[in-house]
Amino acid sequence: MKTATTTLDLRPARTLDEALRILADDGPRVPLAGCTDVFVNLHFGTTSDHRFINIWGLDELRGISADGGVLRLGALTTYTEMIRSDVVREWLPAMVAASREVGGVQIQNRGTLAGNIANGSPAADSLPVLAVADAVVILRSLDGERRVPVNELYTGYRATVIRPDELILAVEVPRVEGTQWFRKVGTRAAQAISKVVMAAVRGPEPRIAFGSVAATVVRVPETERCLAAGGSIDEAQRVLEGEITPIDDVRSTAAYRLRVAGNLLRQWWRETE
Amino acid sequence: MHFTLNGAETEVDAHPMKRLLDVLREECGLTGTKEGCGEGECGACTVLVDGLPVVSCLVPFAQAADAEVTTIEGLGGTHPYQHAFAEFSGAQCGICTPGMILAAIALGPDPSLDDIRTGLAGNLCRCTGYEAIYRAIQNA
Repeated sequence: MKTATTTLDLRPARTLDEALRILADDGPRVPLAGCTDVFVNLHFGTTSDHRFINIWGLDELRGISADGGVLRLGALTTYTEMIRSDVVREWLPAMVAASREVGGVQIQNRGTLAGNIANGSPAADSLPVLAVADAVVILRSLDGERRVPVNELYTGYRATVIRPDELILAVEVPRVEGTQWFRKVGTRAAQAISKVVMAAVRGPEPRIAFGSVAATVVRVPETERCLAAGGSIDEAQRVLEGEITPIDDVRSTAAYRLRVAGNLLRQWWRETE
Repeated sequence: MHFTLNGAETEVDAHPMKRLLDVLREECGLTGTKEGCGEGECGACTVLVDGLPVVSCLVPFAQAADAEVTTIEGLGGTHPYQHAFAEFSGAQCGICTPGMILAAIALGPDPSLDDIRTGLAGNLCRCTGYEAIYRAIQNA
């Protein structure tokens, strides 16, 4: 469906500095990165946003590096770049697994990590991985830099603490101790939004995160504590069922999601023994 | 705005938020790029931007600035995949075909069946059941 473009206002930004200045002086504007969410919402009339800023060309927001015990992923890192990166494969293999299940190749070539974070969907594929990795989101504005743990970024359904004058600069991930695991359950392998998605780390302190089972992607600390204290997987599943709050929607039902979340928990525990 | 279209330096005056798909079809008159779903699900509008397959329905024209864009017309009707799709019935109604061929080209020479399945997972076809498409690519 074609959108009338005459009412849309896009400002280009050539440098990060210019982008931050535009957001401060002429905001609010929605940043356009790979556009794989924004254009869908725009064409289907599910957003009233009409003021945008094009940040796709900002090289300061690109790049993958690992240094000093920290993996750094630039905001505009695409899924394809993460899939192809030896560094990401070594540090965060669960993110490679998640990236492979985002859309198809065409979406992986444009969709960005920061776009997934800022869009804030509870079904976002990369967010459970960032949640179990205790990733930190680095925000930049003209006032300076803020570091917000991804697990403190969301305040509700698609709501974040990111201010309108801030851009996501990068994501930092500390070294993850333990075996990483990722599984997405959807209608088909490609081009499907998850019914339930889970990432986990099997290590001294088990870490577990789910998508599509609450208003935001969530860690499940009580379930983690149960397992860390030596609880059985049956006990952990009972704790999990009280800890997540899935709903019925177009993609699935609350009952199915509850069942599948429990099954995924058990599958992870079994496969990482 | 300037970009390279099928190897030719091109200037087009269009709204920066216009979909690349619409710019190609309406401003440039290249109607080989098809609109299917318009929401990035079906891959019919796939073109190559700087060599990578993207869905042109989700690319604002501003983000094609100075890029190299390749559409099905850029293959000139002579690419081996174009012949193979015809020969092995990889094209039936034809709407998905330009996107399929461009996504397949991005896989490089002699892709394995697994690579083809993964590389074309974002391209839907309602006619062929996909097997004829895979055969075409493997026999090109």
